[in-house]
Amino acid sequence: MLRKGIVTIFILVCFVLQCSVFGSLAFGGIIPNLMIILTSSFGFMRGEKEGLLIGFFCGLLIDVFFGSFLGFYAMLLMYIGYLNGKFCRIFYPEDIKLPIALIITSDLSQGILCYVLLFMLRSRFQFGYYLTHVILPEVLYTTVVTIFLYPFVLKVNGKLEAYEKRRAQKFV
Amino acid sequence: MSPVIKKRGERFTLPSKYLLLILTILCTLMMLVTFGTDVFNRPLNVVVGYVIVPFQQGIGRVGEWLCDRSDELGQIRDLLEENASLKAQVAALTEENTLLQQDKYELNELRELLDLSEQYGAYNKVGARIIGRDAGNWYSSFLIDKGTEDGLETDMNVIAGGGLVGRITSVGPNWSRVTSIISDSSNLSGMTLATGDKLIVSGDLKLMSEGCITFRQLVDSQNMVAEGDKIVTSDISEKFLPNILVGYIKSINRDSNNLTKSGQITPAVDFEHLSVVLVITDRKQVVDESTSH
Repeated sequence: MLRKGIVTIFILVCFVLQCSVFGSLAFGGIIPNLMIILTSSFGFMRGEKEGLLIGFFCGLLIDVFFGSFLGFYAMLLMYIGYLNGKFCRIFYPEDIKLPIALIITSDLSQGILCYVLLFMLRSRFQFGYYLTHVILPEVLYTTVVTIFLYPFVLKVNGKLEAYEKRRAQKFV
Repeated sequence: MSPVIKKRGERFTLPSKYLLLILTILCTLMMLVTFGTDVFNRPLNVVVGYVIVPFQQGIGRVGEWLCDRSDELGQIRDLLEENASLKAQVAALTEENTLLQQDKYELNELRELLDLSEQYGAYNKVGARIIGRDAGNWYSSFLIDKGTEDGLETDMNVIAGGGLVGRITSVGPNWSRVTSIISDSSNLSGMTLATGDKLIVSGDLKLMSEGCITFRQLVDSQNMVAEGDKIVTSDISEKFLPNILVGYIKSINRDSNNLTKSGQITPAVDFEHLSVVLVITDRKQVVDESTSH
């Protein structure tokens, strides 16, 4: 219950930050993708199920506010969360390389999928331009933010796991 | 044995791949349903309106306050200079205004004679504050802090500083989403003010960073349209009210078909520094297909 509450607060705060504060901190009109950081870090920390659920709700939030129809970002982020969950088995909290690599890959694949589904299908074929002017800057900015946000998420998750362990022991 | 079968005394949990399948089907259904209608949008808009929008309004206010304070300090010297030049301008404008008033008086009389209703300048407007921008980097839309409770509806036009910003594409009780005309998916029908030639204005992500939008399908057989001409929304636009300023022609090229022209427009609105917009609460008159025959 506590976990659900805290994760909900995380999602809401990150969404609000992404829309307002980072909007004015944009470099060259590009804002970082906090939703991807949350989805994929909970994915590899907690497993497939939590990853896909958090991805679904993060995406749904973007859809309701900014999508022209519901379900597009929800599905995209859900699959990203699920695939990140596959790496739960080789994840160690001490290791920073795997999380960074996974978040970069997730953001990159989300950017490319968005390009293909939203732009290429409308016959905008200059992939090189969109890659260098939208996708890669976003990945770079997201990586920088990850370095600050990820340790915090990891710490909160560690605290939550310790709390859940204590509670479980109390019941036995 | 199927993993879904429940064992006695064990808490039921759904394996993640089944959950993934169920949610995928749900998403697909939602996409199909909401592509044409807004069945789910309405209740969801209400819920998120009460959960998220208050936070955004709060953050927006704080940010604006901080920005204002720093601006105030930096701008005093500029303001003094500006004040002097503005005073001179006021004098010139007062004179011009009296002339225009006379013209307007005459115009009104002539209009009455012709029995024409006043076309613009008399739209009802509501001011709104911008509280958030698009969460992605692909399109350009933003959120404002007014919604159905303030009488806003979808397809209402949004202006700022005398130019067209865009139109409302989604409404909640206390928020609305405005899709701007520089967004890559936006298209509108415009015309040149001087000659009345129709053209299509579309947003383009590639030009967004330069602050430009494109136009195409301008039929200008007389070669009368030149750089610097004013572009306004046309009378035949389906969603936009007529004669709202869009921008000025920046460059103009003849298409390879030798019939039409295309080029770039500098918008009248500074989209980088928008903070307050005006929503026109009058909507374009829609012809009802069933009664028009």
